[in-house]
Amino acid sequence: MPIIRVDDLTFRYNGTDVISNITFAVEKGVYLAIVGPNGSGKSTLIKNILGILQPEQGRVELFGKPLAIFRQWQKIGYLPQRLSGLNVHFPGTVEEIVQMGLPAKDAANLKRTLEMMAIGHLASRLIGELSYGEQQRAMLARALIRHPELLIFDEPTTALDPETRGMFYSLTQKMSRTEGTTVILVTHDSGVIGQYAQNLLYLDKKVIFSGTFKDFCSSQDMAGFFGPTSQHIICHQHDHAGSQN
Amino acid sequence: MDLFEIFHYGFVQRALLAGALIASVSALLGMFLVLRRFSLIGDGLAHTTFGSVAVALLIGVSPFYITLAALPLVMVSSLAIYKLTSSRTINADAAIGIVSSLGIATGIILASLSGGFNVDLFSYLFGNILTVNNTELLLSLIIFLIVVAVVIYFYDDLFAVTFDQELAQSMGVKTGRINVILFLLTAIAAVLAMKVSGIMLVSAMLILPSLTALQLSLRFRTTMIAAVGFAVGAVFCGIIFAFLWNLPAGAMIVLFNIFFLLLIFAAKKFSVLRR
Repeated sequence: MPIIRVDDLTFRYNGTDVISNITFAVEKGVYLAIVGPNGSGKSTLIKNILGILQPEQGRVELFGKPLAIFRQWQKIGYLPQRLSGLNVHFPGTVEEIVQMGLPAKDAANLKRTLEMMAIGHLASRLIGELSYGEQQRAMLARALIRHPELLIFDEPTTALDPETRGMFYSLTQKMSRTEGTTVILVTHDSGVIGQYAQNLLYLDKKVIFSGTFKDFCSSQDMAGFFGPTSQHIICHQHDHAGSQN
Repeated sequence: MDLFEIFHYGFVQRALLAGALIASVSALLGMFLVLRRFSLIGDGLAHTTFGSVAVALLIGVSPFYITLAALPLVMVSSLAIYKLTSSRTINADAAIGIVSSLGIATGIILASLSGGFNVDLFSYLFGNILTVNNTELLLSLIIFLIVVAVVIYFYDDLFAVTFDQELAQSMGVKTGRINVILFLLTAIAAVLAMKVSGIMLVSAMLILPSLTALQLSLRFRTTMIAAVGFAVGAVFCGIIFAFLWNLPAGAMIVLFNIFFLLLIFAAKKFSVLRR
């Protein structure tokens, strides 16, 4: 049973197709990178998968259940591209935000998660007082603290420094490989992500490619579509990672 | 007159009690509205209240039950603002503007149809907490208890939706239900606040106490308690000084709310300068 199944999904905004006829599935434990140019519908696809936006046609299943009757949201950790309405005066501390929605508060788990994201010292600070990078780390901690079976990140590394970015990629790869966590990562780091992800969904309003990195990198069709140079940029880190393993 | 003598009057006791209850309700709801950038919803709903009061007066509702009679239309208007906003085709401020204009235009036309501007209608523009009756006091108590119960029961969901609605949706929070509850309670608070401060100043009751409390940079729960404290303090000071100086109580309450806000601003500025 796939963790996510998307079937013939189309979403329109003001009569224009933002994404159309998207079909793909994600199996348990897979690390999937979703890449594509700006405006290709990556974030829209994620919001449709999570029920934040309602599609015009098509269906989404999470953990084998249609989205309309899916209730096990604690299995999912989500990090949005940016907080849609964060008010800098919001009077919530980092620890309150990170534990938001948890059925039971666990101080040890909180401490461990905050320290993993190097924000243990910011636990009692208000979220609005932090820099964008620190806020992003707090939001990552929020997504990770409940040890979800499915992690969905929408451009999570935009505001992170290179060191934290590398740590984030390694951590999510480890979770995928050793804990069987399914990871979906929307990213512009197309030159780097092949080092960590197994599967690739290339989106440009519709699915251009869906499959493993290995298939993508050996595909003559994709070489024809992107040109050999672009294909090489996406693939070289994956080839490098493969040769190291 | 002796300061303590005024507490012996029944109408002052009712005013203080009802004012404290309504101010607390407004402050609690105002906290969520201010943080979600719906501050001006109070203005919009107050204008709708004007239209609703005009309808009630036109069909001959006794002034004793005007507050109750105005409620259904204002609640429908509040849901209309929510629906317009969530359609994503109209921004919140524009949605509030549409409903607000409709309310005030309806009120003016109905007042005109009833044979010119009615004195009773104008009395609702400026409010008078000192004329609060037992029905309104009881209504205030019931609404206060409902709002406190809702905030306690749905605290986690309200916190999440106020922080980020899309994130809350991804956590399985029924954001639609939470929004409908918040908008309906805000409509009731706006109608009640009309009695305290008048239609012209309803939004001040919703905005100012939470805005003042937010300047203190406290945690969420503590900020809510501080907002209620500022709101109740302003009601008590406003009513007492209005009575002593023979001034309109609603305007005095609002002025004390602004005074508290300026006081906190000044204290913050002073503490920054001292560092």
